[in-house]
Amino acid sequence: MAIRRGRGVAAINYPTGMNLGGDPTQALVHSTPTGNFMVTLSSVDLGQGMKQIMAQICAETIGVPTDRVVVDTADTDTGPHCMGTFASRGTHRAGNAVIQAAKEARQVMLEVAAEELEVNASDLETDGQGNILVKGAPQKSISIFDVALSAHFKRGRSISGRGMFLIPRSHPEKETGAMKPSTCYAHACTVAEVEVDDETGEVTVLTVKNVFEIGRALNPKMVEQQLVGGSWMGISHALYETTEPYYPNRDHGGTDFNQYLMPGPGDLAETEIIVLERPSADGPYGAKGPGEMCANPQIPAVANAVFDAVGVRIDTLPITPERILRALKAQAN
Amino acid sequence: MTKVPVQFTLNGSEKAEFIDSGTTLLNALRDKIGDTSPKGGCHQGTCGACSVIIDGELRLSCLTLAETCNGATITTTSGLAEGGVLHPLQRAFLDTFATQCGFCTPGMIMAAKVLLDHTPNPSREDVVEALSGNICRCTGYEPIIQAVLSAARANSQNAA
Repeated sequence: MAIRRGRGVAAINYPTGMNLGGDPTQALVHSTPTGNFMVTLSSVDLGQGMKQIMAQICAETIGVPTDRVVVDTADTDTGPHCMGTFASRGTHRAGNAVIQAAKEARQVMLEVAAEELEVNASDLETDGQGNILVKGAPQKSISIFDVALSAHFKRGRSISGRGMFLIPRSHPEKETGAMKPSTCYAHACTVAEVEVDDETGEVTVLTVKNVFEIGRALNPKMVEQQLVGGSWMGISHALYETTEPYYPNRDHGGTDFNQYLMPGPGDLAETEIIVLERPSADGPYGAKGPGEMCANPQIPAVANAVFDAVGVRIDTLPITPERILRALKAQAN
Repeated sequence: MTKVPVQFTLNGSEKAEFIDSGTTLLNALRDKIGDTSPKGGCHQGTCGACSVIIDGELRLSCLTLAETCNGATITTTSGLAEGGVLHPLQRAFLDTFATQCGFCTPGMIMAAKVLLDHTPNPSREDVVEALSGNICRCTGYEPIIQAVLSAARANSQNAA
């Protein structure tokens, strides 16, 4: 009987969103009279930071600072349609819709500016600081504040835009059954090191090293935050969490936080996160969906590390001490 | 049901309410007084989201009857900022990205404040121990531990 050490590796591909029935998200963008911009969405921010990302995307597209954009996700009854915040689709689907809406609003904004400056709209550019300049003659400029005032009170224009992003439904080919159920894959690889006590079956994750390829990280600190939390959650799924430990038998399922096991702040593995950015062709500014993906590769990596340590394959989650001891016993027999 | 009077100091101001006997402090704070910073996660003392500070001690407001708090001094996370300036712990939680959905955050900050009030320069083990009654779904805890350690460093620099 001994503590045995093992190392496991796993690599995954993970889709962004889904399109088995068509996967749409819509967005509306309009300016206030003072040249701030409002993004209206039904997409919900669950804490993953969607409001921040949508503000960045809208600001980048229109050419204003991010703090000039307000994102309203208040009401799914009244907002433009979104399928929802799931399947790592929020940034990708809503982001593409916001880009389209913001482009249309930007075009109106430039047209109004062109009338004010008596130039052609195609000769105008934004400086990202809230001003519209004539290309090559930046001394001839107008603030977006003044453009919005002009649009609202003088020109009778609405600086606004509509955005629609739809991944169309994929139908299986009759001959082969082949289809495209998802798009825009993110990738990840994890190496986990564990110790397994072959007397008690207890697993301790020592280190977990993750590489994530997530398109472009639109907000690197928020991406890092998501990946650190996701890596922890992956280990939690691998070793601890279940509502039905003896599925389909419902007995002994955790009914509260005392019984539903998750690692606490004292049970953390040493975690390393490396981000690779390979901008995706159809992503908003190259982004993919890192949300769900980041909690997946740890699970097979831990299972492989357990196999490396004690030579048993556990194919049911979570990998509990009981399952390891039963497998060791079966192996001995 | 018989109403009972309760009177206590909440974040520096006097509060007096008539409540149903048996009302938890959590419900009194949220529903009667309107301080929604303590969160009701489990309502049975296992998640820590409802943590508040009563007379300097960390307490679970979901397991505390409001009528036992007569005369007490209660601090919640909504009382930490002064004049629009965030408390060093709040600042540190923002700066280290230690919050995602935010539901556990007020309880984490309460637990951390009691720790730093008693142990201004805690070790990592001290922080882990202090946070061990609070659960978080999003962050993986490491950013929260770093936030508390960083707030402690900021405090000691200000004191020096």
